[in-house]
Amino acid sequence: MIKVENLDITFGGGAQRVHAVRDVSFTVASGESFGLVGESGSGKSTVLRAIAGLTPGWRGTMTVAGQTLSQRRDRAFHKQLQMVFQDPYGSLHPRHTVNDILKEPLVIHRMDDGERRILRALDEVGLGPAYRFRYPHQLSGGQRQRIAIARALILDPKIVLLDEPTSALDVSVQAEILNLLSRLAREHDLTYIMVSHDLAIVAHLCSRIAVMNRGAFIEEMSDEQLRTGTPEHGYTRQLLVASKGYDRAAIDQFVEFD
Amino acid sequence: MDKPLLNVENLSVSFDTPKGVVEAVRGISFQVGQERLGIVGESGSGKSQTGRAILGLTPGRVEADRIEFDGINLHKAPARTIRAIRGRRISMIMQDPRYSLNPVMTVGWQIAEAYRVHTNATKREAKQHALDMLTTVRIREPEKVYGLYPHQVSGGMGQRIMIAMMLIPGPDLIIADEPTSALDVTVQLQVLAILDDMVRDRGMGLIFISHDLHLVSSFCDRILVMYGGQIMEVLEAGALDQAEHPYTKGLLNCLPDIDRQQGTLPVLRRDDAWMNRKGGAGGDVP
Ligand SMILES: Nc1ncnc2c1ncn2[C@@H]1O[C@H](COP(=O)(O)OP(=O)(O)OP(=O)(O)O)[C@@H](O)[C@H]1O
Ligand SMILES: Nc1ncnc2c1ncn2[C@@H]1O[C@H](COP(=O)(O)OP(=O)(O)OP(=O)(O)O)[C@@H](O)[C@H]1O
Ligand SMILES: [Mg+2]
Ligand SMILES: [Mg+2]
Repeated sequence: MIKVENLDITFGGGAQRVHAVRDVSFTVASGESFGLVGESGSGKSTVLRAIAGLTPGWRGTMTVAGQTLSQRRDRAFHKQLQMVFQDPYGSLHPRHTVNDILKEPLVIHRMDDGERRILRALDEVGLGPAYRFRYPHQLSGGQRQRIAIARALILDPKIVLLDEPTSALDVSVQAEILNLLSRLAREHDLTYIMVSHDLAIVAHLCSRIAVMNRGAFIEEMSDEQLRTGTPEHGYTRQLLVASKGYDRAAIDQFVEFD
Repeated sequence: MDKPLLNVENLSVSFDTPKGVVEAVRGISFQVGQERLGIVGESGSGKSQTGRAILGLTPGRVEADRIEFDGINLHKAPARTIRAIRGRRISMIMQDPRYSLNPVMTVGWQIAEAYRVHTNATKREAKQHALDMLTTVRIREPEKVYGLYPHQVSGGMGQRIMIAMMLIPGPDLIIADEPTSALDVTVQLQVLAILDDMVRDRGMGLIFISHDLHLVSSFCDRILVMYGGQIMEVLEAGALDQAEHPYTKGLLNCLPDIDRQQGTLPVLRRDDAWMNRKGGAGGDVP
């Protein structure tokens, strides 16, 4: 479904040059959920944004649903591939109501039945019709993220790129969203790439997991390997230790990996 | 413990909306000493509004018998007094980091400026201090990041930049609203270790708002569990697994477990009876 080969991305030039993604290759089968973990700034969002067509100037080859991608994407591409952004504040227009936000993709893609789709999308993310005419600033952080997810799902895409979809959510809504994502994947045969720093979440939703460090893939493993704590790379093992909670002695042992 | 740093009595925050009054916080009381106090609870339970009300940073209506910090009742203090305390003696790390950074200024300039408004430092001293602070919050290549604009930094870098800005004046109390939710787990713990040191070495107080129950339980000294604008229970942090309230237990159940494969995750079953507590009991410094 998705094939990425030798993806390489740099930003800026001179002293400000950042080599954000270094020669990354992976494939995701149709209906599969692929997880991406790794340290902050390691290039996870940049990989997703490049696939979604939001990062110009990438090098390499990317194929989605049999089509080799160029730098520009057309409308049909966005109907089958949607992205949920990491930052639910930046991604919702502050002067648009929830209704406006959900209606916009329907208008762009000339979908009918808007009323029913909007109400269904709100219902699916656990918000009732009472939220339909609220503005983003009138919602809590978690409520905003649910709107962002509703917006991505409203076009019935085949592929959804999820950038930390639950990091702004409380655990109860997180469980609801993870159940929702699992159910939608089953019912609509969706393909996911999910970025998360929570290893338990990635192990829960994804069957294959790649670990990124400094722009490169350092290890790929199954959910089972992550669960049984048998990753190969020292960096991944350190991530596993860190996911067990705050332990001052362990933190002082952390090392940097290059 | 000695006199608390902060004493909040009967705090309420409400909003008038076209659909009626939203009661975001309902008469809660708690104290914060030189400790790490966690506030957990589901989305919309009033955690952020509680933090913001302390510093008068909510657009909602705040009512309280007292919000006392170092002998000053912040709730009744003139705006000038609050402004002098805000940022310098009490810092708030907001939940929405990039929202609170100025998009047209480099992040380094913003940290340096945060230092300059609270000291008489020269521009050069402020810049050096800002670079040191970026190193403290574990930003790699601080010189390079200094010159970036907010949209050029990753989510987790943005959060650490906010933390650097808030730590730079050396406050007595920090209110940190989901300060590490965008960080990967190792950096998250390293940043918490910095806050931990400030509590231990400088006697700072920390209010740590988070929905990560395991993290709060392993990091904080005490936890307030909030639901519907009220405090359901107060726990010694290490004793999260001994929580009594069905709400707290329900929250713990929702977490995916890395050690085993689960099909559908349990979700919270809310009970109307939870809303009938009066006064938001507890929260005293032990
Ligand atoms: N538009 C841009 N201009 C310059 N540098 C950028 C830009 N976007 C991203 N970067 C840089 O690319 C690197 C990777 O960023 P990215 O957002 O992909 O990280 P990430 O792995 O998603 O991190 P996080 O977990 O913190 O969200 C970072 O060093 C970041 O500063
Ligand atoms: N400007 C506003 N107008 C109306 N209601 C508001 C406003 N701001 C917040 N609220 C409501 O106040 C309640 C408490 O919000 P708050 O932001 O404190 O929640 P929270 O516990 O921090 O949630 P989250 O974990 O999602 O950040 C929510 O129901 C929210 O919808
Ligand atoms: Mg990111
Ligand atoms: Mg909040």
